[in-house]
Amino acid sequence: MATTFKDIRPDHRVILEWIGPGASVLDLGCGSGDLLYLLIKNKKAHGHGIEINVEEIYKCVAKGLNILHGNLEDGLEDYKDRSFDYVILNQSMQQIRRVDPVLQDALRVGKKVIVGFPNFAYYRSRLQILLGGRTPVNAALPYQWYETPNLHFLSILDFIEYCVKKKITIESRVFLANDKEIQLFPNAFAQTGIFLISGGS
Amino acid sequence: MTISIVQTKYFTFDELTLENGEALGPITIAYETYGLLDANRTNAILILHALSGDAHAAGYHEGEKEPGWWDSLIGPGKAFDTDEYFVICSNILGGCKGSTGPASIDPRSGKPYALDFPLITIGDMVNCQKRLIDSLGIDQLLSVVGGSMGGMQALSWLVNYPTNIRSAIPIATTVKHSPQQIAFNEAGRLAIMADPNWNSGDYYKGNPPDKGLAVARTIGHITYMSDISMAEKFGRQKKWSSPGEKFTADFEVEGYLRYRGDNFVKRFDANSYLYITKALDHFDGFAGKTVQEAFQNIQAKVMVIAFKSDWLYPPYQSQEIVKACKMAGLQTSYCEVDSTYGHDAFLLEIEEESHLIRHFLKKIYYDYEVSDGYNI
Repeated sequence: MATTFKDIRPDHRVILEWIGPGASVLDLGCGSGDLLYLLIKNKKAHGHGIEINVEEIYKCVAKGLNILHGNLEDGLEDYKDRSFDYVILNQSMQQIRRVDPVLQDALRVGKKVIVGFPNFAYYRSRLQILLGGRTPVNAALPYQWYETPNLHFLSILDFIEYCVKKKITIESRVFLANDKEIQLFPNAFAQTGIFLISGGS
Repeated sequence: MTISIVQTKYFTFDELTLENGEALGPITIAYETYGLLDANRTNAILILHALSGDAHAAGYHEGEKEPGWWDSLIGPGKAFDTDEYFVICSNILGGCKGSTGPASIDPRSGKPYALDFPLITIGDMVNCQKRLIDSLGIDQLLSVVGGSMGGMQALSWLVNYPTNIRSAIPIATTVKHSPQQIAFNEAGRLAIMADPNWNSGDYYKGNPPDKGLAVARTIGHITYMSDISMAEKFGRQKKWSSPGEKFTADFEVEGYLRYRGDNFVKRFDANSYLYITKALDHFDGFAGKTVQEAFQNIQAKVMVIAFKSDWLYPPYQSQEIVKACKMAGLQTSYCEVDSTYGHDAFLLEIEEESHLIRHFLKKIYYDYEVSDGYNI
């Protein structure tokens, strides 16, 4: 499967640009492994993914990835401090029950952590609640309430506030909507927030 | 496609110093091979069987209707693709399927060893396999693969011969037996030894302890299945029972267990059962060392496979192997296959196992990080 840079998912493109060549990577909730595959292929990264869904694991194995079947809720206690250059939680953080301990553990195990999540304060979501009186369903939050894997609904501002509170350094941030970067009022206009963070307690 | 007619081969060598220091010899190991060894001798895979298995893993023996025990995975185009790989399946030391074991003739006495046979270990079995591989002119195996006891042998290869393998696939196995696993084995051994025919192991001239061995197998079979797989297979279905008899096999499940038990005694030696289960119970994959010590210098890549409903070798035991690999920094993959078959799943979940093994082996054989143009 030949992929050009244009074919790559916009959030994956952002992460691909952040990660230096030859980096060690731990992808938490890596799904079918598309991002990990890109990082290894294009950045000569090395590392593995952790995924809970067995069907996704079969896809990872088909790509030749090192993949561990596991639950992020169980933590990362098997990993030493700073054993990866990057720990990635892309579109998986909001699906973890106990976010704070997992995120703290990711910051311990990784020199840097990349977090990508849907922005609940996206203006369409606001309108759907405010005017429609309905739980938002849109490009950022594509699931019906009865089938969503998301357990947490946070906004970009929520996450920034969390980082301040926990003394986490935000090194970079990119906001996306409809495959484009959003500069102005991201908390209202971005569907997705992607953060490069480090430090923490 | 399947492999057609195959024959078991035999490799004999003079002597082996066992892990307990005793010398044993001569030793014969039964084995079969499928496919062709390539010119560089880099495509050899060693298949390791479970407690009651044998060297006949694939294809058909002349005149037989049933293929080898892992025929669904070994053959042209299958997970262990014999168009690509040279597949070896070795029987174990202590067994009764053509390899030296307690039923073999002791050269010192001219009679079967019986209980004069020394206590052997999983490590001893692997040391015999190493001799076999050497004799075939293979320095490094592409992979060592096995389920249950075969998985223990794979772990033993990993720890004892790290430079002689490029990968290992331990399936539905453990670093060491839990008290529960030892207990089930002990129940089986007690059944054999309670049979008066056992006669302290000295029965080769008379009637063997078939009743005891059948009970041991029955206990084993229960642990290989799961609550769900038994319910699906038998339900509470009744068999026709003869009137007047009180304790016949009323239920399907009873009939099945009796049938399997009675069949087993035709093909297995009771003393072998005792020796092999002892080897299983005493196995320690890390050989008493710390994980770091045991796993240092290992470059081999590992894929660990477990099955959700396996309560004999529960997934947590596979996760312990994975944890050790992670701590030692090995390249590792782990998959817990969603199966209801219990421990037997490693012989039955063909589609899932095939997928995992096929792709993993390709990655090792062609030595790439990630596949070019993957197909899902």
